[in-house]
Amino acid sequence: MALLETTHRDFANVSKIIGRHGKGQQELVPILQEVQAEYRYLPEEILSHISTAMGIPPATVYGVATFYAQFSLEPKGKYVIRVCDGTACHVRHSMPIYEAIRKKTGLRGKRITSADGLFTVETVACVGACGLAPVITINDEVYAQMTPEAAEMIIDALMNREVNPVETH
Amino acid sequence: MKRISSREELLDYARQCEARMKAVGRRVLICVGTGCLANGADEVLREFERLGADVAAITKGGCDGFCEAGPLVRIVPDNVLYVKVKASDVPAIVERTLKQGEAIEELLYHHPVTNEAYHGEAEIPFYSSQTRVTLCNCGIIDPDELDQYIARDGYKALARAVCDLTPDDVVEEILDSGLRGRGGGGFPTGRKWMFARTAPGDVKYVVCNGDEGDPGAFMDRAVMEGDPHRVLEGLAIAGRAIGASHGYIYVRAEYPMAVGRLKRAVEQCRRVGLLGERILGTNFSFDVTIKEGAGAFVCGEETALLASIEGKRGMPKPRPPFPAQEGLFGKPTVINNVETLATVPSIILRGPAWFQSIGVEGSPGTKTFAITGQVANTGLIEIPTGKTLREVVYDIGGGIRGGGEFKAAQIGGPSGSCLPTELLDIKLDYDSLTRAGAMMGSGGLVIMDSGTCMVEVARFFMSFAQKESCGKCVPCREGTHRMLEILEKIVGGTATMDDLHILETLASVVKESSLCGLGRTAPNPVMATMKYFMDEYVAHIVEKRCPAGVCKALKRYEISESKCRGCTRCAQACPVGAISGEVRQVHVIDVAKCTRCGACVATCKFKAIAAV
Ligand SMILES: Cc1cc2nc3c(=O)[nH]c(=O)nc-3n(C[C@H](O)[C@H](O)[C@H](O)COP(=O)(O)O)c2cc1C
Ligand code: FES
Repeated sequence: MALLETTHRDFANVSKIIGRHGKGQQELVPILQEVQAEYRYLPEEILSHISTAMGIPPATVYGVATFYAQFSLEPKGKYVIRVCDGTACHVRHSMPIYEAIRKKTGLRGKRITSADGLFTVETVACVGACGLAPVITINDEVYAQMTPEAAEMIIDALMNREVNPVETH
Repeated sequence: MKRISSREELLDYARQCEARMKAVGRRVLICVGTGCLANGADEVLREFERLGADVAAITKGGCDGFCEAGPLVRIVPDNVLYVKVKASDVPAIVERTLKQGEAIEELLYHHPVTNEAYHGEAEIPFYSSQTRVTLCNCGIIDPDELDQYIARDGYKALARAVCDLTPDDVVEEILDSGLRGRGGGGFPTGRKWMFARTAPGDVKYVVCNGDEGDPGAFMDRAVMEGDPHRVLEGLAIAGRAIGASHGYIYVRAEYPMAVGRLKRAVEQCRRVGLLGERILGTNFSFDVTIKEGAGAFVCGEETALLASIEGKRGMPKPRPPFPAQEGLFGKPTVINNVETLATVPSIILRGPAWFQSIGVEGSPGTKTFAITGQVANTGLIEIPTGKTLREVVYDIGGGIRGGGEFKAAQIGGPSGSCLPTELLDIKLDYDSLTRAGAMMGSGGLVIMDSGTCMVEVARFFMSFAQKESCGKCVPCREGTHRMLEILEKIVGGTATMDDLHILETLASVVKESSLCGLGRTAPNPVMATMKYFMDEYVAHIVEKRCPAGVCKALKRYEISESKCRGCTRCAQACPVGAISGEVRQVHVIDVAKCTRCGACVATCKFKAIAAV
């Protein structure tokens, strides 16, 4: 029952977003962006709902959702860590930072989200802070002039915050 | 604030704004560009607001380009620039500089070699070699304040374009100025406008390309964040020129702050009537929509960008028809880069002859570059076209960081080329670069030193192009994939000379037969590195050696006999047991077992282990 209720509420939210934007296809990308901001990913049943509500074929909605790197069809972690691998960061050795973060968060093989759902680790091609390379972002906040050690310390701090939420401010 | 409904009202209001700015007396400008924010500029700002608000006006400014030295604090009119300011420095600045008028030596910029202290930016070589037209307000005004833009001649060019000039005059002036598109192609902006102006149809659009796809460049970001009104003004003038009443600014997803500042600027303009119906009491009506991209490099290509605004997958279309004939929603559309449009107001205000007098003939004006990589002063710069690469790297950039040796500059990102030491004296303008087989690109300039492997750089760009290929045409989709495979074999030490020949053939096939600019330019970094650094390719393939010591698979660690003290730490640290040796005896690495993880290098206290 509880599950059904949430689903209903979810659709109501999505309908509100669509209502705000209107149903023209040029609104599809902004609508998907808002939906993703709310759920941290694009749940499949919501994509079908959007298709019906906007009168756009499911293949088109799905096609757009899978084309752009910003959209994710899988749930993301609470902390989305992006390691910049743009040219400026790359030549200042961003990859060892990426590897250190993956190791620290226990990611192996093709996994990008940690088993506890806390961390998603991905690369991004330039966040525009190239003057301070190498950089990483955590939920859109930029951390400059990184080293593998500094990145590990930041993740330690986040892990601690999760264990002892009261201690943080 | 009330509506501005004629040119006289604008000029009058500008005088008031100017007077108010002057009356403020002392002003503290804290840079809140992305770089400075990441280094704690927001805390510095809060601390100034808490402690200094009664002795000076505290304002935030956009990125002024000297990111390396941030957070930056500028005090005007005293002409003092403080670098790497921390929140804990603020009490002293308020007490000593703001109250007693004395400069704090430790916070000034010091020359990296001579250690001489510089007071203000006019003396610092990073700034003094620049000519700022497009960036003239960046770092100087608060991007969230329309009044500050208006106080510095803001919207006067638009007033001239709608009150004094006909649309044809506007096109004419841009044609005469010789302005060329700053987005990479260098196409004459006036010609593009003329095509759209003369294209039949009532509904036309102007689009600003703020996708800034080159990974390693942030010129457009700095302008959109630091001086958003300049972009809006340029776009509105373009609208006036071609007869469009709606414009779009397409900003890439990774730039949330730019989106916020532009949206705010649009709101401010609508409120005072600088956007909307009957601007300045004329028949010209114009409004702007800010569109956020969703993370796809190919959307920087104009036809893909238009598809993306329409809500489709951002895939390019064959041209012709060009957007100027059949663009957004099938209507004639002008699409220009951020920097191109941000240059337009100055041209309309100061005239084509003034613009022609800057830089070199054939590509006049200034160009912004993001200089990054292994250079001492990274950041954003604006120089007259025709300055040499050497001037940029050594005068403005302060040379190679750590005193290393220049090896190459990568220019133009994934579609670009590289300029080796032999080309240090090349002039940075469209025609000189094209003659040398390179390209201007959008302004990304990544400086590389002897610690950079050029084959790995080629692999890096190919991997980028391959990931970003939209998949529509076969040469690009499959070609980039195969090229990447070969490059991976080369850096992995398993390639043969035959592979190298295949790589060369593939490069020309992909270049000749791809549908859009992405595929047609993707082989450029490979071709350029093959042209100038063939010896590095051959070393990887034949000698199984990476001359720069970068490629992991080809790295070999060696313990120096003279430095090793036999402390055994490395042997304990090695996860695969590849190091052996007795206590107090020189240790050795078993190359066959070594996985090149580098753990031993990190633990050695005597710096006895190095990659060769
Ligand atoms: C793959 C690809 C990516 C591009 N990315 C950008 C970009 O990020 N920004 C930009 O202004 N132009 C980009 N362009 C060039 C645009 O297609 C277009 O030429 C430009 O926006 C025109 O503006 P301009 O004449 O003012 O330079 C790209 C082109 C290609 C082929
Ligand atoms: S390359 Fe990393 S921020 Fe630009």
